[in-house]
Amino acid sequence: MTEAKTLYEKIWDAHVVDQRDDGTALIYIDRHLVHEVTSPQAFEGLRKAGRKVRRPDLTLAVPDHNLPTTARIDADGNKIPIADPQSAAQLEALEANAPAFGIKYIGASDKEQGIVHVIGPEQAFTLPGTTLVCGDSHTAAHGALGALAFGIGTSEVEHVLATQTLQLSRSKSMEIRVEGLLGPGISPKDLILHIIGVIGTAGGTGHVIEYRGEVFEQMSIEGRLTVSNMSIEGGARAGLIAPDEKTFAYLKGRPMAPKGADWDAAVAYWKTLPTDNDARFDKSVTIQAADVAPTVTWGTSPEDVVPVTGHVPAPESFADASKRDAARKSLDYMGLTSGQAMGDVPVENIFIGSCTNSRIEDLRAAAQVLDGRKKADGVKWAIVVPGSGLVKAQAEAEGLDKIFTDSGFEWREPGCSACLGMNPDKVPPGERCASTSNRNFVGRQGPGARTHLMSPAMAAAAAVTGKLTDVRELIG
Amino acid sequence: MKPVRSVEGRAIPFGQKNVDTDVIIAAEWLKTISRDGLGKGAFESIRAQEGNVFDDPEYAGASILIAGDNFGCGSSREHAAWALDDMGIKAIIAPSFSDIFSSNAFKNGLLAIALPQEAIDRLMEVAKTDPVTIDMESMSVTTPFQDRFTFEMDPFRQQCLMDGLDEIDLTMAKSDAIEAHENRVDSAQSWHKPIAA
Ligand code: SF4
Repeated sequence: MTEAKTLYEKIWDAHVVDQRDDGTALIYIDRHLVHEVTSPQAFEGLRKAGRKVRRPDLTLAVPDHNLPTTARIDADGNKIPIADPQSAAQLEALEANAPAFGIKYIGASDKEQGIVHVIGPEQAFTLPGTTLVCGDSHTAAHGALGALAFGIGTSEVEHVLATQTLQLSRSKSMEIRVEGLLGPGISPKDLILHIIGVIGTAGGTGHVIEYRGEVFEQMSIEGRLTVSNMSIEGGARAGLIAPDEKTFAYLKGRPMAPKGADWDAAVAYWKTLPTDNDARFDKSVTIQAADVAPTVTWGTSPEDVVPVTGHVPAPESFADASKRDAARKSLDYMGLTSGQAMGDVPVENIFIGSCTNSRIEDLRAAAQVLDGRKKADGVKWAIVVPGSGLVKAQAEAEGLDKIFTDSGFEWREPGCSACLGMNPDKVPPGERCASTSNRNFVGRQGPGARTHLMSPAMAAAAAVTGKLTDVRELIG
Repeated sequence: MKPVRSVEGRAIPFGQKNVDTDVIIAAEWLKTISRDGLGKGAFESIRAQEGNVFDDPEYAGASILIAGDNFGCGSSREHAAWALDDMGIKAIIAPSFSDIFSSNAFKNGLLAIALPQEAIDRLMEVAKTDPVTIDMESMSVTTPFQDRFTFEMDPFRQQCLMDGLDEIDLTMAKSDAIEAHENRVDSAQSWHKPIAA
């Protein structure tokens, strides 16, 4: 009998090119997504050393982080220039580097353009059992399809471009087992925020997390992507969910998916991937789904979560001295006082988007809450940024854009937008944002911006009432 | 890469926990297409506060940074390592580092040294007045007061740092093994290549 293995171990073992005695291995990389921010220095390095890209056919480039989300083409069909000269230079660098190195490039005005982590699955560039990297930590998202996917730094981007491999040490394996099912009105985002609250932002450091339990089996691929996306917020470089019939149905017929006999062979292989029954994890955490409420963050770390029905915690309530100190600083930055009801916190800005929550299901969930309602007067800025051109087209075909604009939201072009303060979409200093993104770090959405993370339905509910709100009161 | 055999100098007693890479270098600074010049943007939000350690003349020219648990968490931006390097930091000592940050640090010849919290507490004290020395051969951190803390590092990383080896060159020397893997996959799993859409 062969030894029982986890999904992670199976993928790892199938990609070892060279094993070293010290336990590290040279791992083959099957898929590489490249965007404008973390690649220019890597291409520059290749150029200086006179190196080529080893497998341009396994590499896909797309701009997302820097791209303004306002109209890109004017009424006459001409490209609208980008105002910020540095952003423009970075985007031009990718546009020039991709063809120069023979890499397929999806351009700013192509209908497939979008956030790297949205278009990978959407194009079926991401496949189960493959290794996938990108110079962005939310690459963990692709693990939702059963791919071993993780973020890398620019030197590693250069290394993968040149050699199609990475020198890695094997991670430990961690199981997050969720028992039971989510209650009505509770979304995958609430679940992952709750999980991070339980394990902490360093809970998964050195580990690859596999999410297990019926809740994930029943969850759509979009929901799984939301969960796996935030694995990095729990400290894990990668997250994984076993591929199943839902995964296959999602991928079948997508542009880069295998076809015909290849498809059948692929599915047969993918079915061998799930963790064997007696395989062991190095660490295991059990979460009760019934404990998960609509969840929001109160502080400046994704582990600072609380049910929206709860209160801002008191810094003194934390056992650890440095956590008490961090909580005090967080509350000061966030302009909150301990004991304040979360449901009383007013918000002036709403951001629905990012690679965590900008897929079609996310937009449907938000639109369902907004349908026939208007944003509150106190909400100054509310935007919806679809994750890709294809999501945008689908949403428009379903009339969702109309629901959003009728309720007072702006309907934007795809990109990272207000998830990070590097393009024009920023939250003003001192103002709050109900955001469906993944990081509430100090200054993440712009200098001085105060971020509250939550699900798309919850962000929509906050737009309607002008304060953090339990969405179940609106859709009850 | 330049070989790093030892680092000796003043250390900034920063000590903060969970320092994310957005704090080390904010997104606004990521629009560059170069690796240089990011030191000016390092720890911008902290430097905006009066009396911060980074602008304390006592630590001008420091080459070591002492931090709390989970240093470099969050975004994978290698700009964080470049910014530290550009501000003259050659080593960071903390109880733990995020996986991506320690890898990025290593690729830039920056030492990310993990020591237990007690050692950190002691070094934070020493740093206020005296220099700290890191020796890569013996993998130890010492102070002028006979403190000696040993750390661990994967031997491959240790060697690469001490010899200043270029990792891409090392991997390219294994191109036969890489090609063998590609051939194996091409013949056994023809579905594996993305279809050029
Ligand atoms: S949406 Fe945000 S988290 Fe996702 S890739 Fe873009 S910047 Fe990174």
